[in-house]
Amino acid sequence: MHRKPQRQPVRLIIAALVVFGLAALSLLLGSQKGLQPQHYIQLTIDGVRAGSIYALMALGFVVVYSVTGIINFAQGEFVMLGAMICLTVNDLDLPLPPALKLIAAILAGVLLTTLIGAGMERLTIHPARRSPPVTLIIITIGVTITLRAAALLVWGADPHVLPAFTTLALEDKIFRFGGVIIQAQSLWIWGALIAILILLYFFLERTLLGKALRACAVNRRAAQLVGINPDRMALLSFALAAALGAIGGIVLGPVTRPIYDMGVMLGLRGFVSAIIGGLLSVPGVVVGGLLLGVVENIAAGVTDPAYKSVVSFIILIAILLFRPQGIIGGGEKPAEEA
Amino acid sequence: MKKLRIGPNLAGVIILAVVLALFGAIDIIRPFGLRFSDLSGRVVTIDTMIRIGILTIVVVGLNLLMGYAGQVSLGQAGFYALGAYASGILATLASRHGMLVGVADTWWWPWLAILIGMILTGLFAFLVGKPILRLKGNYLAMATLGLGFIISILSGQLSTLTGGYDGLTGIPRLRIGEFALWPAQRYYFLVWGAAIAVIVVALNIVHSRIGRALRAIHTNETAANTSGVDTEHYKVLALVISAMLASLAGSLYAHFQSAVSPSPFGFKASVELVTMAAVGGLSSIWGAPLGVAVMFILSNLLQSQIEAVFHIRGGEYELIIYGLVLVLIMIFMPQGAISSLGAWRRNARREKEGAA
Repeated sequence: MHRKPQRQPVRLIIAALVVFGLAALSLLLGSQKGLQPQHYIQLTIDGVRAGSIYALMALGFVVVYSVTGIINFAQGEFVMLGAMICLTVNDLDLPLPPALKLIAAILAGVLLTTLIGAGMERLTIHPARRSPPVTLIIITIGVTITLRAAALLVWGADPHVLPAFTTLALEDKIFRFGGVIIQAQSLWIWGALIAILILLYFFLERTLLGKALRACAVNRRAAQLVGINPDRMALLSFALAAALGAIGGIVLGPVTRPIYDMGVMLGLRGFVSAIIGGLLSVPGVVVGGLLLGVVENIAAGVTDPAYKSVVSFIILIAILLFRPQGIIGGGEKPAEEA
Repeated sequence: MKKLRIGPNLAGVIILAVVLALFGAIDIIRPFGLRFSDLSGRVVTIDTMIRIGILTIVVVGLNLLMGYAGQVSLGQAGFYALGAYASGILATLASRHGMLVGVADTWWWPWLAILIGMILTGLFAFLVGKPILRLKGNYLAMATLGLGFIISILSGQLSTLTGGYDGLTGIPRLRIGEFALWPAQRYYFLVWGAAIAVIVVALNIVHSRIGRALRAIHTNETAANTSGVDTEHYKVLALVISAMLASLAGSLYAHFQSAVSPSPFGFKASVELVTMAAVGGLSSIWGAPLGVAVMFILSNLLQSQIEAVFHIRGGEYELIIYGLVLVLIMIFMPQGAISSLGAWRRNARREKEGAA
């Protein structure tokens, strides 16, 4: 008997019912709060903006996880470091026009964070690379604690500011469409995400190094047999993840006022996005990030902002329980067995 | 002929109990006006010892779950919070809500509340355990992390029940009849009495059929299943036991602080618990008190020394060093302090034998 083809539509119907039910529920809650259609559009747009950052973070998780099998808790700290280093360099008294100074600051933020990521792999992960996952998770948590405390020491507990890229000032340019507002910085965030996806595609598909990285992700031992050094690839994956995180933090900087502990919740959201996407597929986690951003933002909009993180963790657990392979991944196997 | 043998575990329990009783006695008898904290230059006070005892109970449970059953939990502070809130809410029913007057203000009610908290937390762990424990490795870690987060956020949000972010205050101290288990010198004996009882129970579990089943699951779940071990049942059982122990510790914490608020039960707490378990040694019950004591005293010591040396109240320096120590321990002693000590001893013995 072939039972699977029959079960698939049933599952789809249940999933559709759940989605419709939740959508109806949020509309109901929203109408009680007197939300108009443009409010929903605004919530969605803000959600897509947050989701783009989650997607960048999720990419960092995927790069490290697929190559090394490690969940890197420090991913959120890369975001914080990118933003903090960038705004520090930008505040330096350099004899440069503001735009050039910002570009220099961005480069400095990305490069230094990349170095920190690579250093983290060399100093803490590499020596313990044969340890069980729990040990490695705790190591990345230890690094997280250290980095965050160091950031507190260097930058203090107060939030900082990074000027908006378009105006080079605190006030960002704003576009209005009816009742909907879009900040120019959102366009930078989306642009950064798209540019990174294109670059990542070319890197992974067209360059030897990128192919080696992918080979390592598919099968570490087989990759080693054809002459790829998995230790080097692990180093590369951490550096790449750090760079992705730093870019996320830098483009996010002007809209959030970076603070030393911004990495905590961002990192967890990025991770939830990665889980939604199945932890192993690049397009999957990008969709996962955007979806999480939108769902979370609408849910918080129709209820109470305090429940924002509850929503993401409920999504996390639901996905883990019902679709551990991610909502995009088509396979029946959970990602870990694949 | 049956000879009464005192194994290392029994000896350990006896030594621990005697030493701890002596520590406690110092603070009650006050020989030469000494206090317990004078032994360590005021670094380790009786309060510290109580906290170590409470956390030992949680970490023993975590050891059973992570070290023996091999199931990671990054949300253990959630169960800890459930216990603390169960006690906090139930013990203040009469004073806060005027409910069950005549029952909820008797001396035995808080004890019953501790039991109710443990049962409810165990039930909760049983219900979530079945689906969640299907997950493995990193996935399980993340699901438990999410669970812990949800509990911690809800404990702040459901303010009519939990007092919100300000928390619940006025939780009565425990007493037996008219005999109050307070001040801290008395509470110390209760906490460590419970902790030692928990250690004894855990040692027995480990050396029983359940313990063998759990270790079989840890080594190879499929093989355990094939040899007739009901893996799902035992994994859930381990989670339920660890959750109930966390709940017990939470209750003891609530009565110790006389207040509960969400902040000590967040993600950071879960991480610290796992850290303590890992530092002590995941696959050893004795690792629990050791790991808790090492990390707790390390963090206290860092705090006082940094203040004394640098003249700054630098929580950040303390955290930097804490994080680094954590990383170093995980790199160089991934099996935890207990196993490393054992390995050193074995090596030393081997060298000695080689020399002879």
